[in-house]
Amino acid sequence: MATTKYLFSGFGGQGILFSGKFLAYKGLVEGKNVSWLPSYGPEMRGGTASCSVILSDGAIGSPIIDTPDVLVAMNLPSLDKFEKTVKAGGTIILDSSLIERKVERQDVNVYYVPATRLAQENGFPTLANMIIVGKLLSLSGDDSEEALMGALNKVISAKHADMLEVNLKAMKLGAEF
Amino acid sequence: MVVFEKPKALADLSFHYCPGCTHGIVHRLVAEVIDELGIEGRTIGIAPVGCSVMAYDYFNCDMIEAAHGRAPAVATGVKRANPQEHIVFTYQGDGDLASIGMAETVHAAARNENITIIFINNAIYGMTGGQMAPTSLEGQVTQTSPYGRDVKACGYPIRVCEMLATLEGPEYLERVTVNSVKAVKNAKKAIKKAFQNQIDGKGFSLIEVLSSCPTNWGMTPEKALKWIDEKMIPFYPLGVYKDRSNTEGK
Amino acid sequence: MANKVLMKGNEAIAEAAIKAGCMHYFGYPITPQTEIAAYMAKRMPKIGGTFLQAESEVAAINMVYGVSSAGYRVMTSSSSPGISLKSEGISYLAGADLPAVIINVQRGGPGLGGIQPSQADYNQATKGGGHGDFHMIVLAPGSVQEMASLTIKGFELADKYRMTSMILADGTMGQMMEPVELDLEVSPAPEKPWATNGTKMQRKHNVVNSLSLVPEELEKLNFARYERYKQVEENEVMYEEYLTEDADIVVTAYGIASRVAKNAVDEARANGIKAGLIRPITVWPFPKAPYKAIANKAKHVICVELSMGQMIDDVRLALECKVPVTLCNRAGGMIPSVDQVRTEIEKYAKEIN
Repeated sequence: MATTKYLFSGFGGQGILFSGKFLAYKGLVEGKNVSWLPSYGPEMRGGTASCSVILSDGAIGSPIIDTPDVLVAMNLPSLDKFEKTVKAGGTIILDSSLIERKVERQDVNVYYVPATRLAQENGFPTLANMIIVGKLLSLSGDDSEEALMGALNKVISAKHADMLEVNLKAMKLGAEF
Repeated sequence: MVVFEKPKALADLSFHYCPGCTHGIVHRLVAEVIDELGIEGRTIGIAPVGCSVMAYDYFNCDMIEAAHGRAPAVATGVKRANPQEHIVFTYQGDGDLASIGMAETVHAAARNENITIIFINNAIYGMTGGQMAPTSLEGQVTQTSPYGRDVKACGYPIRVCEMLATLEGPEYLERVTVNSVKAVKNAKKAIKKAFQNQIDGKGFSLIEVLSSCPTNWGMTPEKALKWIDEKMIPFYPLGVYKDRSNTEGK
Repeated sequence: MANKVLMKGNEAIAEAAIKAGCMHYFGYPITPQTEIAAYMAKRMPKIGGTFLQAESEVAAINMVYGVSSAGYRVMTSSSSPGISLKSEGISYLAGADLPAVIINVQRGGPGLGGIQPSQADYNQATKGGGHGDFHMIVLAPGSVQEMASLTIKGFELADKYRMTSMILADGTMGQMMEPVELDLEVSPAPEKPWATNGTKMQRKHNVVNSLSLVPEELEKLNFARYERYKQVEENEVMYEEYLTEDADIVVTAYGIASRVAKNAVDEARANGIKAGLIRPITVWPFPKAPYKAIANKAKHVICVELSMGQMIDDVRLALECKVPVTLCNRAGGMIPSVDQVRTEIEKYAKEIN
């Protein structure tokens, strides 16, 4: 039974919850069991935000993640807080334009993506999160345009349909980095 | 030939109210208005906690007993459940409406909730045996202000109509009394208008009725009626405090 | 899977209520349940229903009292401190035998407490929830799907027994998203000949009331109400048993704690320990049968709670103290980890061997 636990973490406003939601929808579209659990409360604006996403072929027990398989860290406090929780052999993807230090763990796979810089250079400064998601999905080869669009269509309302293309573009940029 | 009859909207029961209490008069006025407007079958009344707690037995329309002070919130629920059909009134005393239920009163008024409130102000808690009310007058002796209401310690009495009139929300606010034949006729006119407003979808109407409580005031019924004139009306002047349709008409 | 949508637990409750025919909702903002109000604010105007942000929880529950008196399905929601404020109205609803659904998305307490998940309102919910002799039907969802299905069930049971149903959730259940199937069956509301919706001059007036000044009469009402409660206890108990048949160590928990507990049971089983789980779905009426079934077999019971231990008393009573019961808990908004629960299982597995 394949189960993957993702922890997304960063500042409020970086689209942390959205990235997790996207991944959860993608799982749903693909017929997986999914759970999505946000941090909530006063830290929503500007403070740290995080969300836990579990995708599984089997039933999901607790939606709470103690040891993530994959950590996405979009700021330094997130890396400081969660680096040690990642499962041995797991993965850390971080925004290297905002986090200057390197990952200390030797037993995990690490990907440094300067997502915020790439997002600014490419004219979609608010989509650093999706660049990281693109990278994340490319690792498992799970990033066909069809799959990505299927999930985007679920998570972006018809009202904001103009955002579909640019999100896709951001993910492709991440995948190719 | 004039035959004196009970209004149809009043049950054929004897009131439990003390001799000289004006609750009976106001009950009758409300029932007469319900009869005249032909709305008994669609009217739901909300009784308060206080002397008129058992008003639910006296009216023939459907009745609900609310928790102390919550009648405007309950009325809001009943009204919103079927706004076209339901005619909803609350019948509340001063402790109920102006003390424990002040928030519910103010917010129902602010929302211009399309309900009718009959507010009995007799400046005292009757049912519990004569304690100081939010409307007890300065210097008034009650069981819990045995040396007279000391405004330094207990604050000042609240003028509900004047206070609510500062809000944009309410449609119609009038203070009346029932201590003379003329006053009773005027009170009925006001109560009828308060129900008519609801039928017409105009919104929140509150009629404050200065009432007597001879038992807890420690007076004869006759003296109690005079006390309304001499003590209450100077502090609580009668009149219309807000009437949106009237202002707009001018 | 095709009809499933991804939804927060709070939103699933709101949508399920609408599915159940609830056209009237009254609330007051409080974390972590505000999504329910936000959802209702969006949906109700579009379907001709009522959304009203009341001036207080006290007012909201009394608006519920009004709508229910008039015979309509109605709901309010809040979180722990707000439920305390509603407890006056909850008692009046019970005293007037009015059906209603109340959602409690629990947070840490007492007092203002915190805003993180908690199960510390268990006693308040299951032992009354206000003054006087009464019960609510208390349903404890263990998934977003159950947030929806138990809300619908709550409306049905409330109408059936003229009682208040409470959905006893917690911050995690309210905030988390899971796929949920909303195409659920709903029993329509029964006739309510007692409702105060206007006599239409066709019947004697109805009175909705909780006042009864003659002691003999009030006693009669209480006895009759408890007869009805007995029916609920006989007919409406719900629970889940997981691997309890041969279990030496039985973990018991409801809501989010049961999710953690289930993972711990799986891990313990993988390590060769015979562990199982009993998950009450109704916490009032409390399911006695599954505990009775293990009382002469299991060696130890671990009660996992997000509180200082409240359900544990009911567990001990149900077991008639035949099996030792210990508490595995976190409080203040913390959730026990799978490790914590599994370690506890391992500890007692060692002791009994």
